[in-house]
Amino acid sequence: MARIDSAAPKTGDVAGTGGPLRWLDSQKNRLIVLTVLAFLAMFLPLISSNYVLEVMTTAWFYVMLCLGLNIVVGYAGLLDLGYAAFFAVGAYTTGILTSHFGVNFWLTIPAAVLFSICAGVIIGGPTLRLRSDYLAIVTLGFGEIVRIIARNLEITGGASGLIGIEKPSIFGFELNQIFHFYYVFLILACLACFVSYRLQHSRLGRAWQYVREDEDAAEAMGIDRVAVKLYAYVIGAIFGGVAGCFFAAKMTAISPETFMFQQSVLILLGVVLGGMGKIPGVIVGAFALVLFPEVFRDLGSSRILVFAIVMLVIMLYRPKGIWPEKKS
Amino acid sequence: MALLDVENLGLSFAGLQVIKELSFSVDEGSIASLIGPNGAGKTSVFNCLTGFYKPNSGEILFNGRPITRKRPYKITRRGMARTFQNLRLFKSMSVLENVMSGMHCRTRSGPLGAILRTGSQRREEAEIKEFCEFCLDFVGILGEKDRTASNLPYGHQRRVEWARALATKPKLLLLDEPAAGLNFDEKQQLIELIKRIREELKITILLIEHDMGLVMKVSEMITVIDYGQKIAQGSAEEVQNNPRVIEAYLGREEDEVV
Repeated sequence: MARIDSAAPKTGDVAGTGGPLRWLDSQKNRLIVLTVLAFLAMFLPLISSNYVLEVMTTAWFYVMLCLGLNIVVGYAGLLDLGYAAFFAVGAYTTGILTSHFGVNFWLTIPAAVLFSICAGVIIGGPTLRLRSDYLAIVTLGFGEIVRIIARNLEITGGASGLIGIEKPSIFGFELNQIFHFYYVFLILACLACFVSYRLQHSRLGRAWQYVREDEDAAEAMGIDRVAVKLYAYVIGAIFGGVAGCFFAAKMTAISPETFMFQQSVLILLGVVLGGMGKIPGVIVGAFALVLFPEVFRDLGSSRILVFAIVMLVIMLYRPKGIWPEKKS
Repeated sequence: MALLDVENLGLSFAGLQVIKELSFSVDEGSIASLIGPNGAGKTSVFNCLTGFYKPNSGEILFNGRPITRKRPYKITRRGMARTFQNLRLFKSMSVLENVMSGMHCRTRSGPLGAILRTGSQRREEAEIKEFCEFCLDFVGILGEKDRTASNLPYGHQRRVEWARALATKPKLLLLDEPAAGLNFDEKQQLIELIKRIREELKITILLIEHDMGLVMKVSEMITVIDYGQKIAQGSAEEVQNNPRVIEAYLGREEDEVV
C-alpha cells in the first residue's frame, strides 16, 4: 500500500500544476525525471509486494491500450467507443489458437495482428467516411457486436469464455510469476510509447493532425482523408490486439464480460483524462485510471463515486486533460 | 494549349441553378481571372474544379484528362492546388508544418518507415523540409517558419496558404480572392508574387478577385460571370468596356440598395 502511494504521486506531481511543468521544459531536467522514473519502474519488483506488482502490471497494460486508442482519438481525432473490440480480437485469437489448436503463444501474436488489421479494416473501411458523431455510434455498435459474437460462438467458449490458456515461455523459461508479467507489460508499454512517438513525428502523424484540424483543407492539400483515418484505425487496432494477446496469456482465462462497453469507456477515459494526443499525458491518464480505485480502496463501495467526482473536477479545471498537448 | 478546359459546366443546389452552361479555358503558362458580382457563383466554380462540389453536368478537362467529380485529393495530386477565400490553415500547427501538408501528396513513406526511421524515410523528411523552406522563402516568410500559424498577422497567414499550395508542386494554382483583407502595400507585393510564380516556377494561375485594379493589372484573360453564366470574356480592356459587364456590376449595386 505504502509503495503505491510513493509511486502514484510521482507521476501525478509532475503533471499536477503549472509550476513543475515549466520546470520540465528544460531538456536536462526532463532527462533526470525520466531516468528516475525508469529506475523506479525497472527495480520496482525488487522492493514491492505482489499486490503492488499486480496493480502496476495492470497500469502498464492500460498504458498500452490507452496509447493505442490515443492514435485513433488523440492523433486522428476520431471518437471510438468500441475500442475493447480490438482488445477482444487479440485476446480471443491467442485464447482460441493456444487452447483449441495448441499453437505456441508467440505465434499467435502475428495472427492476432492480422485479425486486428482485418477488424480495423472491416469497421473502418465502410464507416470512416462518416463524420465524428456518427462514427462514434457505429464504433459503439461494433464493440457490442464483437462481444455478443464472443458470447454466442462455441469456439469462443460462450458466456463462460475460455479457460486454461497456456502461459508463454521464452527459451524454455515459463512466464508464470507476476513479476515476469510486470516486465512483459513494462516492455510492451515502452514499445507502445516508442512507436507512438515515431508515428506522431512522421509524415503520417502530420497527416493525422491535418485531418483532425481541418478535413477539407487537408483534402485540398492532396491528403486522402479516408486512407489516413484507416491507418489510424488499423494501427490502433494492432496496439489493442497485441495487448489482448498478452492479457489472455497473463490471465489464462478470458470471458466476454471483460470486453464490455464499460471497458471501452474506461480506456477512452484514460486518454481524455490524461490529455489527448500527448504521450506523457496519456500515460498519466492510464495510471490515474488504475491507481485511483486502488489507492482509495479503503473507501469501500463509495470509491467509484469519489473517482467520478475527482474526474469531473479534473475535467472542469483541466478540460484538455491533466497534461495536454502544448499550444504555443 | 489549354491546361484547363471547362465545358458546359452546370451545378444546382435543391433546384437553384448556381452555375449554368459555363465554358471557359485557361492556357498553359497564362494568368487568368474569373470575376463577377457577389454571389455570381465564382467560388462554386472553384469548388467544382477542385472536387469539393460535384457538378450536375458538363466536363472539366485538366491537362487533357477528365477530372469531373473526382475526389479533391486526387485532383490535387494531378497538379491543381487551391487557396481558400476564408483562410483554412491548420491553426495550432507551426508555419512549416502547415506548408509540409502540401508535400504530403508528393511523398510516400508510410508507418513502417516512420517507426523504423529508415534511410529513405529520413531522406524524404529532409527533402520535404528543404522544399517547404524554399516555398516559404519564395513567399517571403521563411523567418516565421517555427511560429504557430494562428499567431501570425493576417497578411502573413495568407502567405502561408500560398506557400502551402506551392508545396503541392502544382501545374495550375487557383487563388480564391487572394487580395481580400490585404492593404495597399500587400496588394502590390501580391501582384509581384503572382507574376513571379508564373515566371520562375512556371505555374499557370487562375484567380477569383474582387479588386478590379489587381485583376486588370495581372490577368491576360478574364472571364466574367453573373448568375452562374458567362457574360463576357477577353482581355482587361475588352471586358472593361463590355456593356453587359458594366450592367452586371452597376445593376447589382442597385439591388443591394433595395
